[in-house]
Amino acid sequence: MGLEIAFWILAVIGIGAALAVVLLSNVFRAALCLVLCFLTVAGIYVTLSADFLAVVQILIYVGAIAVLIILAIMLTREVQRGSPANKLRIPAFFVAILFLGTVVGTVGFAMVKDQWRLAGVAPLEPTTPALAGKLFGEGGFILPVEIAAILLLAAILGAIVLVREK
Amino acid sequence: MSIGLEHYLILSAILFSIGLYGALAKRNAIVILMSIEIMLNAVNIAMVAFSRYIVPLMLTGQVFAIFIMVVAAAEAAVGLAIIIAIYRSRETIDTTKIDLMKW
Repeated sequence: MGLEIAFWILAVIGIGAALAVVLLSNVFRAALCLVLCFLTVAGIYVTLSADFLAVVQILIYVGAIAVLIILAIMLTREVQRGSPANKLRIPAFFVAILFLGTVVGTVGFAMVKDQWRLAGVAPLEPTTPALAGKLFGEGGFILPVEIAAILLLAAILGAIVLVREK
Repeated sequence: MSIGLEHYLILSAILFSIGLYGALAKRNAIVILMSIEIMLNAVNIAMVAFSRYIVPLMLTGQVFAIFIMVVAAAEAAVGLAIIIAIYRSRETIDTTKIDLMKW
């Protein structure tokens, strides 16, 4: 019962915050709403019993990416000009509605036909040791982990090179 | 009514559509980047929900979500660096005015 209430509260706040991100004209307030949206997504992970991912979400998104975005907003001084829509506003709205309708229709169809092969097993808790075994263990994802390390190094070097004073 | 996989999938679809609209319809490059982050978060929710309800003991979706987060962090760092570099040389981040390579 508590899980249902938590899900509905988090879903409503998250969708409201995401709508505020795209509808608010003040970019700085939109960024703060984005932080709220990230926080509710972390709560959604908790309701999915993904505890490690919830903490990582708060550390990376709420901690690092939000600071990066707010810093970029401060550096570019576009707050006064706001975030106006371009001339693709109406087609973009229809594309988004079309996508939403397609996905909701597919999910509803699969739900009616009962096509999901749901496993009626209780989820694994806590997930951190199991995730560590998946990432670093035998037959796991150790090669993608190494590639991710190289990708992060390349991204940091690229960002430094891009913003360096000539 | 208890919460099932389809609730999470529809929540994920709604967040993805909001992000899609923002990424297509906004002129401020930073707001476009923020919309892309919302879309990546929506995908992560779908991944974790599938992992929780279809293969609850294998956690494959959560591993995928971690890699998506890594790529999102790299994308945010490089994207914001590009935006700041453009702002330095052109004094604007309005995507309708940054059209040097537009045909």
